[in-house]
Amino acid sequence: MTCREDEGVDRRQALECMIWAGAGVLWTLSGGVPKSGLIGSATAAEAGFSFVQISDSHVGFDKPANPDALGTLREAVDKIVAAPVKPAFMIHTGDITHLSRPAQFDDAAQAIGEAKLDVHYVPGEHDVIDEGQGKAYLERYGQNAKGAGWYSFDQAGVHFIGLLNVVDLRAGGMGNLGDAQLSWLAGDLAGRSDSTPIVVFAHIPLWTIAPEWGWGTEDSAKALALLARFGSVTVLNGHIHQLMQKVEGQVTFHTARSTAFPQPAPGTAPAPGPKLVPAGELRKLLGVRTVVYQPGAAELAVTDIALAQ
Amino acid sequence: MNRTYSRRASLSLAATLVFIRVQLARAEEAEVGIDNFSFTPAELTVKPGATVIFENHDDVPHLVVTVDGKHRSKALDTDDRFSVAFDEPGEYAYFCALHPHMKGKIIVAP
Repeated sequence: MTCREDEGVDRRQALECMIWAGAGVLWTLSGGVPKSGLIGSATAAEAGFSFVQISDSHVGFDKPANPDALGTLREAVDKIVAAPVKPAFMIHTGDITHLSRPAQFDDAAQAIGEAKLDVHYVPGEHDVIDEGQGKAYLERYGQNAKGAGWYSFDQAGVHFIGLLNVVDLRAGGMGNLGDAQLSWLAGDLAGRSDSTPIVVFAHIPLWTIAPEWGWGTEDSAKALALLARFGSVTVLNGHIHQLMQKVEGQVTFHTARSTAFPQPAPGTAPAPGPKLVPAGELRKLLGVRTVVYQPGAAELAVTDIALAQ
Repeated sequence: MNRTYSRRASLSLAATLVFIRVQLARAEEAEVGIDNFSFTPAELTVKPGATVIFENHDDVPHLVVTVDGKHRSKALDTDDRFSVAFDEPGEYAYFCALHPHMKGKIIVAP
């Protein structure tokens, strides 16, 4: 089959095109039960679109867990370029750089630019540790952002919201959205139909995964309360460098792999941080994600592709 | 005369030594290591005027900030150090601004 964006993509084509050279396992979540094997059983539907997510590229990281984080970011971008269907755009869910240094931002921009896609960023905590505490990030990526960097946009009937939960963190706490951002979110959602599909993306997970490691967001319940009336809400995060999913009512949460290094699963190590794995295993734990939206489908189809099998 | 001179010299030397000892006491240093996303020791007691040196041994950056906001390090990459002099007695709670579950306390007491 061919997979050409300019012809539009029906559900069947989209699903087939998502299996990049057999590199990924397709699955969706329905009511908390993962399902697979949809290929061939889907019926033609209206044209939707797809987008890709990358996360935690940590450009500048050069420690034993991955001495060349820029190199694996380039490999991730190569995966996106090689995809049979061109995505509508890319999102990056933060920790673009390791230390917020100008050269690291430059290297990341150059590598990600090879995908030749519009990129919507949110910062991770590693992107706001310049002297100006986030000024360097905002100067590059904050043109359309409010506050410390939050914003929203629309794509073919889907409302995308980029949230920021990595600044003004409090001692002993986790990620933080803050009242100003929550107030903006309430206004951003006001007047939108309950049937509008919503995609929220942020760096730190918006559900509590491991409070002892700070893997959660203090006031995420307030944001989720504002989203509760919508029939389809997809929440995409990074930060924890591993895949995790959860379904709660109409909301599905997905954390993404890093393109730089894995981290341990909660409870399996005394602390989070870069996890050293045998060299041959590293690329199996790094990857990119593609997300397909089909009008009328309650859930977006999420496929995670590792850099190597 | 020689004897008097010698005694004066001794007194002078003693005074100098006392002065040096005072200087050494004033320059007390203590170190807090950052290992595995923890401050070690998590609670440290020092004399007024002591300098506390934070040193990051992790392969990710940390950023030390006191809860009162008066002291804030740069992002500390691996092996980077951050020194703070604590002159006034009191308790200074601090945390990592990047990983706020990491907490510690400096107690400054005479």
